[in-house]
Parts: sequence; structure tokens; C-alpha cells
Amino acid sequence: MNMTKIVRTTADLFYPFCLVFGLYVVLHGHLTPGGGFQGGAVMATGAALLLVSRRYEDITRSLRQNTMKLCEAVGLLMFITAGLAGLFAGGAFLYNGLAGAGGLFGEPVAFGANPGGLNTAGLIPLLNIAVGIEVLGGLTVILLYMLSGVKETEP
Amino acid sequence: MMDSLALHLPALLVAIPLFTAFLIPLAGRAGDTARSALVLLGAALTSLAGLALAARVFARGTVLYVFGAAAPHAAIPMDSGGIPIRIIFQVDALGALMVVIASLSSLAIALYSLAAESRQSGKDGFYSMLFLLVTGVLGMVSTGDLFNFFVFLEISSLAGAALVAYRIDKGEAVEGGLKYALLSTVGALSVLMAIGILFAQYNALNIATVASRLRFGSLDMIALVLLAVPLAMKCGAVPMHFWTPDTYTTAPSSITALLVVSSQASLYGLFRILFTLYGDLLRFNWAVFGWFLVILGALSAFVGVTMAIPQKDVKRLMAYHAVSQTGYMLLGVGVGLAVFADAGALAAYGKTAMAGGLFHIINHAMYKGLLFLTAGAVFYRTGTRNLNRLGGLGHAMPWTMVFFMIGALAIAGIPPFNGFASKLLIYESVFRFSPFLAILAMVVSILTLASFVKVFHSMFMGPPRAEFAGVREVPAPMIAGMAILAAFVILAGLVPQVFVDRMIAPAVNALVDRAGYIAAILGGH
Amino acid sequence: MITRLLLAMPFLTVAVLLLLALGALLFKRNLIKMLMGLSLMESAVNLFLVAIGYRQDGVAPIFTNVPQTLMVLPTVQALTLTAIVIGVATSAMMLSFAMVIYKKYGTVDVRNIRKLNG
Repeated sequence: MNMTKIVRTTADLFYPFCLVFGLYVVLHGHLTPGGGFQGGAVMATGAALLLVSRRYEDITRSLRQNTMKLCEAVGLLMFITAGLAGLFAGGAFLYNGLAGAGGLFGEPVAFGANPGGLNTAGLIPLLNIAVGIEVLGGLTVILLYMLSGVKETEP
Repeated sequence: MMDSLALHLPALLVAIPLFTAFLIPLAGRAGDTARSALVLLGAALTSLAGLALAARVFARGTVLYVFGAAAPHAAIPMDSGGIPIRIIFQVDALGALMVVIASLSSLAIALYSLAAESRQSGKDGFYSMLFLLVTGVLGMVSTGDLFNFFVFLEISSLAGAALVAYRIDKGEAVEGGLKYALLSTVGALSVLMAIGILFAQYNALNIATVASRLRFGSLDMIALVLLAVPLAMKCGAVPMHFWTPDTYTTAPSSITALLVVSSQASLYGLFRILFTLYGDLLRFNWAVFGWFLVILGALSAFVGVTMAIPQKDVKRLMAYHAVSQTGYMLLGVGVGLAVFADAGALAAYGKTAMAGGLFHIINHAMYKGLLFLTAGAVFYRTGTRNLNRLGGLGHAMPWTMVFFMIGALAIAGIPPFNGFASKLLIYESVFRFSPFLAILAMVVSILTLASFVKVFHSMFMGPPRAEFAGVREVPAPMIAGMAILAAFVILAGLVPQVFVDRMIAPAVNALVDRAGYIAAILGGH
Repeated sequence: MITRLLLAMPFLTVAVLLLLALGALLFKRNLIKMLMGLSLMESAVNLFLVAIGYRQDGVAPIFTNVPQTLMVLPTVQALTLTAIVIGVATSAMMLSFAMVIYKKYGTVDVRNIRKLNG
């Protein structure tokens, strides 16, 4: 069902902020409270905002079920591939071969107790991003499915 | 290369089905053939990894795999202060036995589903869930970490519930799925609570580490109850069996066969908790818990079969028989547990009883899976599970009839099928423990035979019926799936000693060897 | 005394929540309310897990060389997160089941959802 213009505009306004905040939570997952699941859930909240403010038919034009299913599958495949990459790095499944190896993900950690640097965690941010994509897709698909089961009642 | 691959088998064991599960929606976009090929490939690779891992375990002993470590064997990192902090897979002979069961059945079931589900919609989700269920079962039986066990338990119950409800079918299937999901979730939360209690006291999640530190205080006893009751419920033991008939009846037949395997993974969990986690010979009252299992087993065996006899729905009938057969496993292992402190009795008949119980787990998975698949085949062609409306199918579906006969004779314990081999071990040993229980077990067996003779008669015998005139044999992949299971049923019945010596005896030793399990992680005795 | 009481508070809350959840699961006839009870039970267990992981004056274990401060092994927090994720999946699935049941049976009263008995 379509909500009033005020609700719709507010939802539109908040949607990008939800996405950006979700991305922040995903990317800082190894340092601050949060991570892939939490960030993905925040992003999916943005989708939920759009969903409650509009009719199902209108929303599926921009948020397609197929795209979201693709996100879900691709995120999880990324996760498992990252895990398998550990085998090729010479360790066990999910071995963190990137940590401390230099480059974008492998900066060495500062000495002593510290709040932590963004680029130090090796494989973990990659896993967080994979999970973030997966959860965004998964939760949005769930929301879309559930909304598709709700009967339209005209006021 | 082969060596390093063999080293990573435990990781591949869950990684392959998981990867396949999420590749299926992508392959599904390329069409039916691509998806079917992927399902077949994934199932074949999964069972290959499972069987290879099991062969390695039976040949060389316990296999460890430490996730995320620089080397898969480094159970205790240097700077951790002597705690194994990572998630560790620990597959001993008992776990390997369960891996064999899951590998064989999942391959047969994947083959069978390809034909049985070919006319249905929503196949992407179906196969994804199927592989998730396989992942959950394989993970449960190979993990050495309590919390990891909970996660895999939840994966298998969620995927299982979704699959039960997959064919909505006037809402009945959803009702069955909802019951299963509700009970599984409450059970899993109770397991999680117990894990929390154990972690709060011992600061560890690794089963071996917790076992080595366990002090058997009152909190630990609460944790034991919180762990054992849900797992006993999930394996379908009386008096917590009420979900089995509803769930098994409404699920698609191939899924029912897989749910049997999943419930046996819970049984494995129960044994692991009782024997490895709490099995300290000096401080644990074995007899009480042995009798707990024995009574649970005897009740399940008897109540299950008496409930089965009057059923009209063939799958509901088989579901009650599944409860009854679970009773045999509990009975066998329970007798072993009850006499565990008495070394003489253990050597004389305790180990035989446990071997019978464990052998019955693998035998039951095979013949009960086979029976459910034949019931599914009949439903596939006739569209009904009602025994009063079926009849005269023997002419049209000869293969299905033969497979049903093999399964029925095996479940009734008739030689030369595998059910006889394990039941004989149970009868022999239980008789020396308590003659009454052995006689009860035999009576249950006779009732089982009577019940299946009735089913056989009403499904396959009699003149061909007019309403089933168009019924033909089921497609080749379904026959192939049933044939895999039937081949095992016959093979294990003809040469049971080979299986007992190679697989069951090591599994029994692994079950009772608590110190060995702990030493594999922490080193030394 | 007060500190001890404060430290025990989370566990008392867990007990109360568990009782409420059990009450909802056992005595409510409405499926949705039962599912709410289940969610409550999940929250109780999660709270329990977080509560047992609390260490006074502990810091997060981000370090290269072991510092001389009390650090917290964040295992239970990780467990709680995983349990929450699983909880979301469970709730979503069971609510979908409830929706299908409402569509097919026209009710969410568990007394009327009994096609399978017998």
C-alpha cells in the first residue's frame, strides 16, 4: 500500500544513509562492534524502509528479487572461495594468509594495546564484505517474499 | 598434490556441499540440465570426499583439522596458553562411520530426487536446501567443537524444516514443517544454553578440552540434561517421538530418507555427549545413564511398533517403524554403557551390544532410506499413500517391489539382509544382560515383520487395479538411487563380519576411548 | 552487596525472560504469539551468553605483544552474534510458515491447525 508523500520522501531520504551506514559497519567489522551480518542487516533496513512506504508492485521495479537472490548466492560463494584461498596460501581452510603480508589488507598491527588500524586484518574484511552482500540479499529477499504474501487492502 | 588434498578432506567435506548449495541458484538460471549436472557432480564429490576421509580415518586413526590455522594439524597455537582456540574438526572412527552413512545416503537421495522432483517447480531452493541439510549432517558428525555442533545442528534443522514444508500441499506439509522447526529451535536453544553453562565454567568450547576439565558439579549436570534431552528428542526416542510421524509423512520421500540420517546425526551427538564429554570412568554413574538409554530404547522399540501396526498411511507407518528401530540402537549402546564400569561384563557382551547398536545405525539408515524411497516411488506413480486404496502394483512396478521387499525383510531382521546381522548382535548380548529385554526385542521384530507383510500385500499383491492401469515403473535415476541403498543392504547382510571388523569395531573403540579423544587434541595422557 | 546484586541482575533477567517465553510457548493458542515466545527465548539465551562473557575492566584483545592489562576473549560475543543470525533465519522461516498456514487454514489458532492428527 502507498503511504503518504511525507513518509515516502522521508524513506527516500533515509535510504542512502542506511546504505552508507551499513557499509561503514561492514568495513569496520574487525575493529568496532558490527561486521558483515550487522552491516548487511542495516542495509536491508533501508530496503525495508522503501518497502513499507510503497506498493509491492512499485518497489519490485527497483528492488528485483532476482538481483537480491544473486547477491545472496554471490556473497556466500565469495566467502567459501576466500576460505578455499587459504588452502592455496599453504594453510588450512580460512587461513588468514593476507594478514601482515603488506598491501591493502596486510598492514602490520601497531605495538601494544591499541584501537586498531583499518587495513590490518587480512582476510577478515573480505569475509565481512562477502557476508554483508549475502545478508543484504538474503534479508531483502525474505522481506520481498513476505510482502508478496500480504493482501492489498484499499482504504 | 593428492597428499595435500587428503590433508584438507575434512574442510572439503563441508565446503563442497556448501559451495554446491549456493552455486545451484546460479546454475538454475542456465537451465534444468545445468542444474541437474551440478547436483549430480556436487553429490558425487561430497560422497567421494566423505568416503575418502572415512577410509583415511579407518586406516590411520583420528583426523584433525584446524580451521584458519597456518597448518591444519596445529591444534594448539603457540601463543594461546594451551587452549585450542580455533574451530577444530575431529573425525574419529565413530564420526567416520556416520560420515559413511551420510555420504552414501546423500548420493542415493540426490540421484533419486533428480527424477522424483523433475516435474516440480522451485527446484533451485529445493536442491540448495538439500545440500545445506547434507552440510549440516556432515558438520555435526565431524566437528570437535561444541558451538560448531550447535551451528550445524541448526543448519540441518532449518534446512530440514524448510524441505519438509517445501511442497505446501493444502497446508499439511507446512504444519509438519512448523512442528519440526518449533521443536528443533527450542531444542537447539537448550543446547546453546548448556554450551553457555559449560563455557562459563571452563572457558573452552572444544569438546576434548571441556571434557578434560569437567568437574561434574551440579551446573554440569544441568548442562547434561539440557544437552541430552533435545538430542534424544531429535533422534525420535519415545516419549519425545511425537514429531516424527507428522514430519516424516509430510516431507517429500527423498527428504524423509535424509531426515532419518539427520536424526541419526543427533543420535551421534547424544553418544558423543554421554561417552566423550561426560564419560569419566571414575566420577560418572554409568549404570544410571546406561539404564536411561536402555529404558528409552526398549520403550521406543515397543511403542513405535505398536503405533505402526494400525496406520493406513504407508509413510506414517514407516515413520513409526523408524522410532521403533531407533530403540534398537539405544538399547544396544545403552547396555554397553550400563556395564561400562564392569570390565568383565564389558568384554563379555558390552562391546558386542554397542557394536550391534552402532551397526544398526548404518543398517537402519540404508534400509529405512530404501523403504521411504520405495514409498515415494509408489506415490510418484499413483499419487496416494493410503494403503486401502493401493494394490496390485507388483505387475507394473517390479523393481520397486523388489527393492521394497529387500528393505522390508531387512527391517524385520530376516537373513541374509543387514538388519539381521546387527539385530543378532543385539539379541545375543542383550540376552546376557537381561533376557526379558532380548525377548522384547525379538517380539518387536516379529511385529515389524507382520506389519510389513501387511504393507507388502496391500501395495503390490492382488490383481492389477483399474485406476492404476496407466502406472509404469519409475524413471531410471530413481531406480539407481534405490539400487545404491539396496546394494548396501545386501552386501552388509552377506558379509557382516567384514563391516564389523573394519568399521564397527574401531567405532566402538573410539566411542569408549575418552582419553584417546582428549589426547588427540591436548596431547599426552 | 549492591555490586553482587548488580552482577546477578542479568542472570535474573534471563530467568524471568525464559519463564515468560516458556509461558508463551505452552499456554498461548495464537501461533504468532508462540513465535514471539520463541524469539523471547532466543533473546534470553543470547543475554545469558553475553552476561557470562562480562569481565570488569577488560579491554578488547587487539594486540601484537601481550600487554599487561586484562583482556577479554570475545568468544561469547561471537557466539551471540552467530546465534542472533540463526535466530533471524528461524524467525523469518517460521513466520513464513505462519503466513502459509493462515492462508490455507484461515486461522492461526493452534487448536484448529490439526489436519495431521491420528
